[in-house]
Amino acid sequence: MTRWFWVWQFEKEEEWLNEMAASGWALESVGFCRYTFVRCEPGEYTVRTEMHPYDDQYVKFMEETGAEYVGRMMMWIYFRKRTEDGVFDLYSDIDSKISHLDRIGKVLLAIGGANLIIGMVNSWNPSVRLGWINLLCATLLMYGLGRIHGKKEALEKERELHE
Amino acid sequence: MTMEVNYMPGTLALTEATYYILLSLYRPRHGYGIMQQTEELSGGRVRLAAGTLYGALNTLCDKGWIVLKTMDEDSRRKEYLLTDKGREILINEVKRLKELARNGEMILGEEL
Repeated sequence: MTRWFWVWQFEKEEEWLNEMAASGWALESVGFCRYTFVRCEPGEYTVRTEMHPYDDQYVKFMEETGAEYVGRMMMWIYFRKRTEDGVFDLYSDIDSKISHLDRIGKVLLAIGGANLIIGMVNSWNPSVRLGWINLLCATLLMYGLGRIHGKKEALEKERELHE
Repeated sequence: MTMEVNYMPGTLALTEATYYILLSLYRPRHGYGIMQQTEELSGGRVRLAAGTLYGALNTLCDKGWIVLKTMDEDSRRKEYLLTDKGREILINEVKRLKELARNGEMILGEEL
């Protein structure tokens, strides 16, 4: 099944994957905008996704806690865990949720910044006519950064009172 | 805007996650063991998610509050243990928490 999510919609993506699991389709593998499901008992699995740099140790650690590694699509990593084995979350406190958003923000800033520079250089160079594509990408990535920043600010506000 | 609070040096509050991780590592434990111990100690109230725990374990190792013991030979899982520094931090934290509880009880005493 193919489906497109913007980077700031990762929670929505996760929600959708869990709706699929609830209706008897467990995520089996991931590709570019492509999700492969297999039949499972309705609600058999909980699915989680996060941006995490490539890290073998992390996957091993997750597996030790009973999670199954489903796959990776660029920076995004997907896990599932049998619901009967207990609640499955990746982050349980505000601080670690904020550092996850920071990680996403840094990647968006790096790619967005690169697109901005390439786009500007190409726009000044009359022989290259595609500079606008980079500028469009940069705009989109910066918009994404704004959305991620908004989520982060909401968490920081909450952290003033709670942890 | 963040709320600024001035603390005496060395009395910064630990997060609940940090507190329970350190407490669990009074005895050597691996990651999943820490999650189980924390849930048990807190009567199911505090659940450490694996991603949060993984990040915290790395930070605590860098700070020297815990060390990576050896591999657990049967399961080949990494085990961690509290260091002397970590123990000191934990003791100070318990003192701080006692102060908080004492003051709460003093003022709200009759309502508790």
